[in-house]
Amino acid sequence: MYNILVIIKKQIRDTFKNKAILIQFILFPLMTIIMENAIHIDDMPEFFFTKLFAVMYIGMAPFVTTASIIAEEKEKNTLRVLMMADVKPWQYLIGIGLYVMAICMVGACVMSVGLPSVDRGFFVLVMCIGFVISIIAGACVGIISRNQMMATSLTMPFMMIFSFAPMLSMFNESIKKYSTVVFTQQLRLLFDRMTFEGYSQTGVIVLCGSAVVCAGMFFFAYQRKGLD
Amino acid sequence: MIQCQDLRKSYDTHAVLKGIDLGIPKGSIFGLLGPSGAGKTTLIKILTGQIRYDSGNVKVFEKEPACLSGRDKKKFGIMMDNFGVYERFSCGDNLSVYADIYGVSHDRIWHILKEVGLEDALKKSASDLSKGMRARLQLARAFIHAPEIIFLDEPTSGLDPQTMRGIHRIIQEKKDAGCTIFLTTHNMEEASKLCDKVALLNEGEIIEEGKPEDICRRYDHQKKIKIHLSDGKDIELDRQETAAGRISELLRARMLETIHSTEPTLESVFLELTGRNLEEDE
Repeated sequence: MYNILVIIKKQIRDTFKNKAILIQFILFPLMTIIMENAIHIDDMPEFFFTKLFAVMYIGMAPFVTTASIIAEEKEKNTLRVLMMADVKPWQYLIGIGLYVMAICMVGACVMSVGLPSVDRGFFVLVMCIGFVISIIAGACVGIISRNQMMATSLTMPFMMIFSFAPMLSMFNESIKKYSTVVFTQQLRLLFDRMTFEGYSQTGVIVLCGSAVVCAGMFFFAYQRKGLD
Repeated sequence: MIQCQDLRKSYDTHAVLKGIDLGIPKGSIFGLLGPSGAGKTTLIKILTGQIRYDSGNVKVFEKEPACLSGRDKKKFGIMMDNFGVYERFSCGDNLSVYADIYGVSHDRIWHILKEVGLEDALKKSASDLSKGMRARLQLARAFIHAPEIIFLDEPTSGLDPQTMRGIHRIIQEKKDAGCTIFLTTHNMEEASKLCDKVALLNEGEIIEEGKPEDICRRYDHQKKIKIHLSDGKDIELDRQETAAGRISELLRARMLETIHSTEPTLESVFLELTGRNLEEDE
């Protein structure tokens, strides 16, 4: 437990020095505040930008940052030093996961500010579910990648699907059809409803299935490659 | 403290270590000399439990490296040339991560930086450090928790003489404080100066082992005395009683400038044994 806290502390310190990561964390919450206050179009759905950016935030920030942090530590061989100092791989991964989760939750809370108070809890809960899946997927990529370049190459196509498929599905029926299997699309549908009541079976299957697939891939990758 | 018997390790079909026998007592500096690719880093990785070996018997703290507990591993200090530092962190922040992990007071960070001559770089970003400063930061990280065994993989490789001397001083101080030090190097001068015992490693085999001066004496076949004269000439005399008269004559004639024995260096011993130079692959 103590080593997990050390990893979290180290990452928090790094957040303010690592602009690439910092931008990932603050971009969408900031965009949400700006766009919700600056743009008002007739017939635009309520809290359109909040819901749109929330889905993009889930698909991008935790996924990319988790993969990038792990890959960087592997590339620079600082991860090896931590392991030699008896930080266990699972302690490291949990530390990184909790750190990313915590920062993203702050972002989620900021994004929820404009919502009616009755919806905020639900919004943050759905964000939380999305973050968990996204973090596990990011950890998976981090484990597979030898360096940051490889991590970027691997995250890019998935990030595009996770983040942009829900947005594009609003404008194109074919994309809407195919994006049903994307977990972020199911989260977007939840944001539109702001309740679990009457939520489709497909949605539950996609969300649970994504979590299971990501977790399965994570354990497979970890078994095969560990943190080496 | 460290024992190896018939240690063997291969990568695929390539045998990297071919039956290594070693014994390193507590509180000594042991130097493993060899050119690049001789198997030095592989041996450190095995001893520190980073990789497994194929066969043989290895004991560190009386245990197999793979069976070392977390507490045992915390008695190690390791500096390897490919171990990175947190580039965006200052020197102080880099050390504070490990101070936290090892449960060391943060007050010790400044003292440890002072020990390695980096006290002025406490707040300096690691990305702004020179190669020598970075090496000293890595050294500071290796012994922030006062380890019992310090593994140093080519600690002075590519450093300027002044930084090298500074690192030698630190290593010597750690030995005086009771640490056991295992260092690999291809610098025979470093090994001769620092090590209580050295082993010459070539293509995965230890070809000679012992105190540096003993090894040099063992291969002193020439047994000559080299004299530099005031007229600029050099002469060599056999190291026998007959040389005494000639030296005496030269002294009386005020022609003798310097006098040296001609025992070989570790470098020349290695060359004699392998036909290779220690640094030829660098």
